[in-house]
Amino acid sequence: MPVISSEKNPEQLSLTLVAEFPVEVGRVWRLWSDPRQLERWWGPPTWPASFERHDFVVGGAASYRMTGPDGDTAPGWWRFTAIDEPSSLEFENGFADQSGEPDPTMPITRMVVTIEAVDGGTRMTTVSHFASLEQLDRLVAMGMEEGLRGAAGQIDALLAA
Amino acid sequence: MVVESALLSDKHIDRLFHALADATRRDIVARLLEREQSVSTLAAHYSMSFAAVQKHVAVLEKASLVGKVKRGREQIVHADPATLRRATRLLTAWEGVWAERVARMDEILAEPPTDH
Repeated sequence: MPVISSEKNPEQLSLTLVAEFPVEVGRVWRLWSDPRQLERWWGPPTWPASFERHDFVVGGAASYRMTGPDGDTAPGWWRFTAIDEPSSLEFENGFADQSGEPDPTMPITRMVVTIEAVDGGTRMTTVSHFASLEQLDRLVAMGMEEGLRGAAGQIDALLAA
Repeated sequence: MVVESALLSDKHIDRLFHALADATRRDIVARLLEREQSVSTLAAHYSMSFAAVQKHVAVLEKASLVGKVKRGREQIVHADPATLRRATRLLTAWEGVWAERVARMDEILAEPPTDH
């Protein structure tokens, strides 16, 4: 398993996850900087993401759309607040309405990613910061809904086979 | 988890949000998680007045993050683990989302490198 540790901080409403990969730093960096790589891991297999825009500069934005098994779409956005190639990036992640405009009523997560060389590969640390317990609650509820819909889609596929 | 979240009223969630939005209050909760202590012991850690610390404790109490009992002439404050457990549970769910993302990253990185 590439995840080597994770730390939950309920008072600060943050989650730190550390993973190590047996590849060089540049390849891990590209998972974030190249939208074609990014869209292969951002969404779950049942809700794949496609990035329509990926302005990988400080102040730049990314926009993506996740598509569920029944054709529903969940559009979202990133805003890059810091980029220091190839060792760190920070961005905000939120939801958008169907036209792609950021939805201010939806939760925003702040992400800090650090990438560094270690013995035998690369260590990546991601820290998710949540603004409030309510936001975290909504995010988890939505994630679960997507997961459940995904599971329902798989059952449909099995029955159709 | 969805059912449980319905049990927390909007008003309660607002209070939680407000209570945890302040760095001093988060620090107070962290100290109380280590051990319960009196308001005066707590106050000794901060440069602000006893009354100001007491105010912070009152906000945390309203949000059910801490509880207070009278012991002799002192008021002993303790962290309320139920609310914090709830935050921990939600973070655990989020951890699952990222663990899956990392697993997908690992699969991509296992592919032979491409030129671009």
